[in-house]
Amino acid sequence: MIEFEFVKPSTVADAVKALAADGAQALSGGQTLTPTMKQRLATPSVLVSLNGIAEMKGVTVGGGVVTIGGATTHATVAKEASAYPALARLAGGIGDPAVRNRGTIGGSIANNDPAACYPAGALASGAVIVTNKRSITADDFFKGMFATVLDEGEIITSVSFPVPLKAAYVKFDQPASRFALTGVFVAQYAGGVRVAVTGASNNGVFRWKEAEAALSANFSASAIAGLKVSPKDMISDLHGTAEYRAHLVKVLTGRAVSAA
Amino acid sequence: MTKVTMTVNGISQSAETEGRTLLSAYLREGLGLTGTHIGCDTSQCGACVVHVDGVAVKSCSIFAQDVAGSRVTTIEGMANEDGSLGVVQQAFQDHHGLQCGFCTAGMVMTTSALLKGNPRPTEQEVRHGLEGNICRCTGYHNIVKAVLAASGQDAVAMAAE
Repeated sequence: MIEFEFVKPSTVADAVKALAADGAQALSGGQTLTPTMKQRLATPSVLVSLNGIAEMKGVTVGGGVVTIGGATTHATVAKEASAYPALARLAGGIGDPAVRNRGTIGGSIANNDPAACYPAGALASGAVIVTNKRSITADDFFKGMFATVLDEGEIITSVSFPVPLKAAYVKFDQPASRFALTGVFVAQYAGGVRVAVTGASNNGVFRWKEAEAALSANFSASAIAGLKVSPKDMISDLHGTAEYRAHLVKVLTGRAVSAA
Repeated sequence: MTKVTMTVNGISQSAETEGRTLLSAYLREGLGLTGTHIGCDTSQCGACVVHVDGVAVKSCSIFAQDVAGSRVTTIEGMANEDGSLGVVQQAFQDHHGLQCGFCTAGMVMTTSALLKGNPRPTEQEVRHGLEGNICRCTGYHNIVKAVLAASGQDAVAMAAE
């Protein structure tokens, strides 16, 4: 790893200031960034830890919304987000126990790994991503593989999830990495159903709108029986072909609806 | 260089660090506590698991300066005060929960954290709980038995052969 200066501010304001430095990079749980730095795929000159910022930690519930601080670990969400059980279960299924004790929701959403679980939860829930300068809806936030609308030095301070009537997340584990080979989050709201898919597309997390329309009319696994998922733009690698992933999208959507 | 102090196995300890010094390197090279092993060095294998403020983490993916001031427990802190093996360690010995032994320190640390949160896990819960610890000798059956035994359950009757 290339040497860098390590700083650990205790407020969002100080973190924003530190991130203005040339070559500065935010560090959250470090479960992705640290291995990336070891490979020298990331070589920050200043690493700004967000782990000492108390105002960015914890789960609060109010007005039908669960709000999670950006630096809250997956383990904490699994334990404390019981007001949104499908989201708590998603958090409890990420990686392994030691990874869940460090990895954070803000880090996961900012990184937008195409096979990460949280982007599916955020997009299916119509979550609002709050940063140090603005609020962004999940529909506007994710911009393709590892890409988001975040500016340089912008920090996710919290994420707000409207609690649905029913929801479930089902993923097909890639057994070595425990990322989703494909994962589907289905959430039913009074205004309709939202379906978000991770792990499948070359463009990162996406909404399966045809399934949303079918499930909004009839919330049962049989409602999507006649739908087809195109393998075009799906990820194809040694773990699964594009056709296999397209097949998984439909199977897992059905399972998620049944589990919700 | 920055001096970092932590309470390691109940004793306040200090060592000089660079920004890039990992917790695993701080423990092994800074403090000479080489019981924590570095396997994959990519946060997948779990050989480097230690407890930071009571929770299991992979020390190869954490910077020492990020956990300055924390309370850390390593495998060196798992024996009883008289030097005899702790309950989890003894169960691993009794059930031959190791072959080459390289992964054992991490296995013991993860097991101890698992049993703290779930004192009587099922076999399935044990296998899920150990997902982040890889044994390349593939000695999982005996490891699972050791964990069940450490929880005070009848491991031989419960665990798959």
